[in-house]
Order: sequence, then C-alpha cells, then structure tokens
Amino acid sequence: MPTLNMTSTMARAAAPGFVLERSEAVPALIGRHEDFLFIAGLGGTARDVGAVTGDGAHVYSLGGAMGAACMMGLGLALARPDKRVLVVTGDGELLMNIGALATIAVIDPKNLAILCVDNGHYGETGWQKSHTSLGVDLEQMAIGAGIKRTRTVAAQPDLADGARLLREGNGTSFVVVRVKLTEPAEFKRNFDASLCRDRFRAALQ
Amino acid sequence: MVRDRQIVGRQGGVRMDAAVDTKMRAGWQHDLYDLLRRHGITQFGYVPDAGHSILIDRSLADPEVHSIGLTTEEEGVALVAGADLGGARAVLLMQSSGVGNCINMLSLIKGARFPFLTLVSMRGDFGEGNPWQFPMGQATQPVLEAMGVICLRIDRPEEVIATVSAALTMVFKSGQSVAVLLGQKLIGAKPF
Repeated sequence: MPTLNMTSTMARAAAPGFVLERSEAVPALIGRHEDFLFIAGLGGTARDVGAVTGDGAHVYSLGGAMGAACMMGLGLALARPDKRVLVVTGDGELLMNIGALATIAVIDPKNLAILCVDNGHYGETGWQKSHTSLGVDLEQMAIGAGIKRTRTVAAQPDLADGARLLREGNGTSFVVVRVKLTEPAEFKRNFDASLCRDRFRAALQ
Repeated sequence: MVRDRQIVGRQGGVRMDAAVDTKMRAGWQHDLYDLLRRHGITQFGYVPDAGHSILIDRSLADPEVHSIGLTTEEEGVALVAGADLGGARAVLLMQSSGVGNCINMLSLIKGARFPFLTLVSMRGDFGEGNPWQFPMGQATQPVLEAMGVICLRIDRPEEVIATVSAALTMVFKSGQSVAVLLGQKLIGAKPF
C-alpha cells in the first residue's frame, strides 16, 4: 500500500463543506456497532470501522477488489434478512462501481444501509482530488439511481438524523458524510481475507 | 413462464415445428434451473444474455429466490461473496464478454477463497458471425484461469446436468471457483 504523503498542503486543501472530523462523525453515525453486520471499504473506512468495532468478527473489510463493498453488502443483506447490514465505504471506492447503487435501488432490501465517508480525495495514494471535490454529488447520484432514503451529513447537527436513517427499516438508505482531510483512525486490522471470511461466517452461525 | 406461453400460443399455427424444436432445445435450461435450486442456490445475479434467458425468467418467476439484474458483471462477483458471508449460495450468469469486466474483482474470490460459481454463455466462439465478439470470447478461458477459476466447457445438451453437477460439488463442497462455459455449439451461434 502507498504511504500517506502529508507534506503537500496544496493537495490537501479541502473543498467547501468538508468540515466534520471523521474520527467523531463515523462513530456517531454508527452508534451501537453490535447492531450491524459490516462491509468496510478499502483503506480509510476499513480503519475507521476497525477502530469502532475492535476489528470484530461482524466486520468484513476489503484490502483490494476496489468497488466490491456495496454489492457485497447486497448479497449479505439478502442472505440474512434477520440482520441489519451497514456498508461503510469511501468516495473513491464507491465511485469505482457507482452502478451498484442502481442495482441495489431496484432490489431495495429493507435491512441494508450505505454510509459513504466522503473526504473528496484518494487518501491512500497521495491525496489526489476525487470527483466529489470537483462537482460530483454522491447523494444526487444515489437519488438518481432510485434510492429513496438519502442524506448528506455535512455539519454536526445533521449527525443524529443520519444515524437514524442508517437504522430505519423501511428500505435501503444512503448517507454521505463529508469529512475533513484528516487521517483515518490508527488501527491495524487483519489483512488475511480468507481468515476474515471464516471468522465472519463462524460468528454468524 | 412467458416463454412457455409464447411457445404454446404458436402451436396451432405454421410455427409449430419451430416451437416444438425450440422447446426441446431449451429443455436442458429448465433442467439446469431445477438443478441449481436443488443445490440451494437462492441468489441469481446476471447481466441479461439470450443464452441465459430461461434461467433468468425462471429466477424472476420464483418467489423463493432473489433475481438480481446487474449493471456490470463485476457487481455479481461481489454479490456472490456477500451471499457466502451470510451463508447463502449465489450464481453469476453472464456472457463471455462480461468475464473481462470481472478480472480484478476475482481477486476477492481468489484471495479469500470464496466458493464461486458462474455460468458463462460463450460468444466469439464456434460459428460466431460478429467479429467484435472474438477478442474477449477467445480470451475468456485464459483470463478466468489466470485468476484461478477452473473452467468446465459444455458443447452438447446431454453434458449439461452432469457437468454443472460436478461444478456444484467442486464449488460448494470443495470451496473452489468454477466457470461453466456454455459453448456456441450448445446454445447456438449468433449470425450477427
């Protein structure tokens, strides 16, 4: 994995509206983590979810296969309608397979929620701007895909409403939380994809 | 089943011979759907293709399964993995051109050893009339094998059930990833 390049302040200039601190906003939106099964995206969001859950057996985090998170969440949600599934992923990972939002909206499982942690940048590869810093609005894309319950959380007062939406059982929900260009949580998670699969399946039985 | 009704509707007319012939040729597809259901497949992900039309229609009409239209085939690879995490069995139905869309996503299958079954209807194969189909059609098996997917090819209707049964065992008992390639000798070549 590329190491973070923290030296270029120009590259890290945040777009307007990216003000929340991810280390506070992500735990506030998740709330009681034991209530969910998690699919976490690459890099930053895997570390965020790892820190919130202690890399629990109810979490499956990607270390590659960029673009898989939302569709893994759909397969899991359909397999386990008795559990609530939360996909936590970044703007770059989501953009790589943005069509998945259309696929998910058509099925609209009640027990699936997607939380996109949007910092407008590719933090893992040197903080290059992503499309969301350049005018792309992920909530509008989700709405256009047909997802009926969507929010953009850009300020502290929005957090409670975002958290509520992720837990509502009326259909798939989609929340974008805009965050500052700060480091994700310091957390060293397990990168053994096969071991994590076994661990996840065993804990569900 | 929409397709069956269409065939029945034609039986009084001049198209009867063609309709009966179509039904006989399509028989293995119905047997194949029943086989997949007997083995507990409950999620059918697909990008529509004529070669899979009966499986797709059967899954849409079956209240006990999830029939999931995909915007691109790689979505289906991730869907299969997610289903497995939840203890369910899924299958990905796609055309050979879609295999190219799956390459990096198959890292998930190989890296985590997810059981993976895909049925691939071939284009750019025996008797193909559209030159655009050849690059990916001819690369389908090498690409799958490069990503660790075992390929089993079927060219005759009487091989379908035995071959897919073998694939189901390899995938769900032995945890392998298997692509069953439905050749154009089996499904018919397209003249366009």
